[in-house]
Amino acid sequence: MMSPQVEIQLIAAVTAAACSLVGTFLVLRRMAMLSDAISHSILLGIVVAFLAVGDLASPWLILGAAATGVLTVALVETLHRTRLVKEDAAIGLVFPALFSLGVILLARHAGAVHLDTDVVLLGELAFAPFDRFAPGGADLGPRALWIAGGVLLLDAAALALFFKELKLATFDAGLAATLGFAPTLIHYGLMSLVSVTAVASFDAVGLVLVVALMVGPPAAAHLLTDRLPRLLGLAVLMGAASAVGGYWLARWLDVSIAGAMAATVGLVFLLALLLAPQRGLVAAARRRASQRLEFALAMLAIHVAQHECGPDAGDECRADRVHLHLHWEPGFAEVVLRAAEQRRLLRREGGLVRLDEAGRDLARGALTR
Amino acid sequence: MTHPDTRPAPAAPHTGAGLAVAVHDLTVAYRDKPVLWDVDLEVPPGLLLAVVGPNGAGKSTLLKAILGLVPAAAGQVLIHGEPLARARDRVGYVPQRGSVDWDFPTSALDVVTMGTYRRLGWVRRPGRREREAALSALERVGMAALADRQISQLSGGQQQRVFLARALVQDTDVTFMDEPFQGVDAVTERAIVDLLKDLRARGRTVVVVHHDLQTVPDYFDWVALLNVRRIASGPVADVFTEENLRLAYGGRVGFLERKADPTPAPGGRDDPTTPHFGRIRP
Repeated sequence: MMSPQVEIQLIAAVTAAACSLVGTFLVLRRMAMLSDAISHSILLGIVVAFLAVGDLASPWLILGAAATGVLTVALVETLHRTRLVKEDAAIGLVFPALFSLGVILLARHAGAVHLDTDVVLLGELAFAPFDRFAPGGADLGPRALWIAGGVLLLDAAALALFFKELKLATFDAGLAATLGFAPTLIHYGLMSLVSVTAVASFDAVGLVLVVALMVGPPAAAHLLTDRLPRLLGLAVLMGAASAVGGYWLARWLDVSIAGAMAATVGLVFLLALLLAPQRGLVAAARRRASQRLEFALAMLAIHVAQHECGPDAGDECRADRVHLHLHWEPGFAEVVLRAAEQRRLLRREGGLVRLDEAGRDLARGALTR
Repeated sequence: MTHPDTRPAPAAPHTGAGLAVAVHDLTVAYRDKPVLWDVDLEVPPGLLLAVVGPNGAGKSTLLKAILGLVPAAAGQVLIHGEPLARARDRVGYVPQRGSVDWDFPTSALDVVTMGTYRRLGWVRRPGRREREAALSALERVGMAALADRQISQLSGGQQQRVFLARALVQDTDVTFMDEPFQGVDAVTERAIVDLLKDLRARGRTVVVVHHDLQTVPDYFDWVALLNVRRIASGPVADVFTEENLRLAYGGRVGFLERKADPTPAPGGRDDPTTPHFGRIRP
């Protein structure tokens, strides 16, 4: 038997993997906000299904909730299609309505059960190990782990089976339609998957984390690769790693596990944003700095080449006055001069800058380009 | 249909026999605003047809409505005599380059391979045969060397050629292209023209939304002038006349002149106060 600690981490990691998997397609379809809408409005489905069957463990709850998720998408699209509201506004109108209806029903009729708004927002991961899956008395582990594992399998199987169709309909829905691949069907298929995943995850980790896990890891992974299979793999890895990392962060800081996981997701994204080798901000700043240096070197070489044989060479080419002529900060001029010397573009001799052959080539090349 | 006032013979059922594309009475409206009014278009097989008209004339919408991508309020479309539902595999579409997200994580080769998906059907994955077909299509548009490039790293013209290669790989009888020449470099323009001629030589029909009036006579056999309604369509030599162009591009002027015409004519547009008239049948 596993310790509760390990069980919690496993549940979180498997849930995160499932969310990141379907979330990748949401992000690529620019529908990240739908994860927010779906994960909120499924509360209504859960409450209605609970009131109908009176059993919190009933599979009807998952189905009812998934149906509300799909209904949310349909309502958003219907509203959007009227062309009277934009899509983001439609999302903002639909899900608070459904969510608040769920909250009201919950408060009025389901007060006796342990469905309360704290749990809804942040889940009850810490207690997940107490709810065992024990058919016939044999303890097979926490129920949440079975649910999360089942959903992950479902998502992975659906994505593997319909990978080509999802990719096509996501990249170019028009082509999907002309090739006979019913993009609307694919769209609602994906939305059903997202809804089922959200319901299952919501139970374990709460809806804040569902949104974080569906959007954060895919967005971070997209900064690191430009191949879809690799993106999916990376998103799953980053999601699972954030879940485990968040668990330890929560223990260390003694805070909500779901909250710490969401924070870790954000941190991982921030790291990717800063450090991604091609698209990261650091790489971009480096590229800009090196372009600036290259340009400065060419400027300097041209300046010296123009003036070194002229009557005013004594002034124009003085190493300590070059920055005045080029309108540079003295410090920057020194950096450029040193870089130029290192590359053997020029030498400093008796306070004057003299071009070497390589420097003259650079000037000539820059002028004739 | 060599004169704008010539209308197709009434009453006879439209069989579309012998035509690559037959469009009859096609009307498309977004809410109550008409985008296409009662358009007729007949395209014999094996020729290159340009669809021209001012901005907002409904050129792209015409293509999308023919392909069933936007719902038509009325009208009929036949592809080689069959309704679209039965002729889907004979029709290819090259959308406007701006219609997709070029940051999508995929390569040029992968995008072209998408053209083979119809043959594969659901679930089956593309294999070596599909990739080879895609690669040879890329070669035909001079892009084989860039097959593995992430699509956002391609220039606009190269992206357009990827789209064309994707249409080539579909190998359809009729291909609809939406502004393939928009914003491309000279190399790409040349590649597209060669490709069009090659398709024509193999008996294929290509309908191209085109914006550069000057190149119409050089690049195309037939032309359709469109401005919400069809102004004229037919061989370039007959139809691509100053009068027709003025009718298509003159907007309000065209409308006023037509109003003096004894036959009731569809309305001009671009002016919200101008009433739109459908064709009034006697």
